Amino acid sequence: MRLTFTITRFNPETDPRPRDEPYRLDVERGQTVLEALIRIKQEQDGSLALRYSCRSAICGSCAMDINGAEKLACRTSVRKEIERHGRITVAPLRNLPVIKDLVVDMTSFWGKVRAVTPWLSASALASRTETGRTLRPMLLPRDRYQFHNVDACIMCGACVAACTSHEVSRRFLGPAALAKAERFLADPREPADAKRTRLRFLEQPDGIWDCTRCNFCVEVCPKDVQPMEAIIRLRRVAIEAGLARSGGARHITGFMALIRRSGRLNEALMPLQVIGCNLRRLLRVAPLGLRMLWHGKVPSPLAPPIPGIAQIRTIFNSFGHLKRITRADHT
Amino acid sequence: MPLTYALYPGCAAKGATPELYQSTMAIIGRLGIEVQELTASSCCGAGVVGEGEPDVALALNARTFAQAEQLGLDVMTICGTCQGVMGAANKRLKQEPGLLDRINRVLEREGPIYRGTIQVKHLLWIVVREVGLHRLGQEVRVPLNEFRIAPFYGCYILRPSWDLGFDDPENPTSLEKVIRAAKGEPVAYVGRTKCCGFPVILEQEAIAVAMAGTNMKEAKDSGADFMVTPCPLCHMSLDIYQDRAGQAVNANLSLPILHLPQLLGLAMGIPAKDLGVSRHLVPVHTITRVTESRRMQLTDRKGVASHENH
Repeated sequence: MRLTFTITRFNPETDPRPRDEPYRLDVERGQTVLEALIRIKQEQDGSLALRYSCRSAICGSCAMDINGAEKLACRTSVRKEIERHGRITVAPLRNLPVIKDLVVDMTSFWGKVRAVTPWLSASALASRTETGRTLRPMLLPRDRYQFHNVDACIMCGACVAACTSHEVSRRFLGPAALAKAERFLADPREPADAKRTRLRFLEQPDGIWDCTRCNFCVEVCPKDVQPMEAIIRLRRVAIEAGLARSGGARHITGFMALIRRSGRLNEALMPLQVIGCNLRRLLRVAPLGLRMLWHGKVPSPLAPPIPGIAQIRTIFNSFGHLKRITRADHT
Repeated sequence: MPLTYALYPGCAAKGATPELYQSTMAIIGRLGIEVQELTASSCCGAGVVGEGEPDVALALNARTFAQAEQLGLDVMTICGTCQGVMGAANKRLKQEPGLLDRINRVLEREGPIYRGTIQVKHLLWIVVREVGLHRLGQEVRVPLNEFRIAPFYGCYILRPSWDLGFDDPENPTSLEKVIRAAKGEPVAYVGRTKCCGFPVILEQEAIAVAMAGTNMKEAKDSGADFMVTPCPLCHMSLDIYQDRAGQAVNANLSLPILHLPQLLGLAMGIPAKDLGVSRHLVPVHTITRVTESRRMQLTDRKGVASHENH
């Protein structure tokens, strides 16, 4: 099968802008995009730059943009891409600086992973007796942890490249680093005070509350790490730990309080739940609220609860840990 | 025989985007769809309740599904976010051993339990797969030709694809098919599958409007006359916050945003006033001026034809 691979080429030192170059290649059955790229480099254009190593979806080096989505080239079948898109385009990972062609600069990625302290705090590595005497290093107790596959991450960067929040806010810690942080919060060996320090760091701006839950990271992750689900668990742990004052936390607790009260979300009351008494921010949403009111888009704040509201309250009372927080803060 | 569904309106269509509810009710009859509204249904949780307490979100949705099950009908959603959340909840309730029993033990105290027999389908999917594009094409009276229309899917109707299973998240086609059936020209642009920023718009407005602005600017730069979305939360971000989104990307956007049923309604020749377009913050005159004049010509011709028949 003779196919055209359209590859985005760019050398920032010499080229004014990236350009798409077509390469024709006879592809055999069962070949991967990585194998095709290596052949293009060997047979047609030795100047093509790409990063790869294990060729087996273990090392995480060959993540790139294939037909508009982040994939490991080594486990992406040429035939399936053609069936799915009718073409093959290959470009570097989005939203990261290009070093050359398909090779991106991962410095910011590694910096963010480092920023979340991806190791257990020293005190966690030794267990203590009640008298304070240090015993031997503690092994991970069997069956007492659940890492939700977060530890399967191979640091390929696909999730960060796909992250829509990172696209507009490059300081965002991003899905990979936050998922890594969650792995350590879920580790029973780390003491509570160390976990609290972690959470305090993670709830800062550019941390857990910047995710919009767009699900891109979940969709593109080649190892089914589901980073967004890890971020959601971090948010839940933060609220349970009492770190519930940020706008993001109030969004969750306030939303739940409104549903508990009337069964449906009331958009007239929601801004107050999130913003509270912050006058500056209230003034920021007020003009939009007035325009919405003018256009008949503000529901009555006095709207009655849905029929069967008692059952909604039973549901809230029967499940979960957050009911105490949502009740105390908002009702 | 009509296609009958249990209509789950969701909060937005009953709150800040009443035009979505109005336009849905205006079009479904013409497409051979009948609905019984789930008037006692609660919020789906919008992913937010699930962040706080997953079991509460599952139970709220199981309660809604049980109401539909009592009617013997599948659920029709008109909100992309509801579809994503409810579809995923339904899948978990049906597949995870023991989960449904655990939820039902709470539901049975005050209402029917959920037996796991119904499906949840978005209006977009129903139009494409069950009504059919051929039937939709037959209902088009006011073709939207000369309009370049940017589809904006929203996240939850596409991802995660294994919980939805309708469109290919890398290359969705359902909105494009509907636009073509209405004789409009779909605009191809990367942002059509991206995020509108709505979930963080109250607490992280800068991030949200940058997202919305980037996607709308790309659509506009690609030649879009207007945008259509199957999600009212996207609509709020793209319409209500459009001025701020434009400021974030240094662009004067003036991009009308239509709900999916409004697009269908205009193409079917339903008067714009019956589709609630005056409720939008971004005016839609550029569209309705054309569609209304075409519609009036149509009515005139019809009037003449019926007069001649007499």
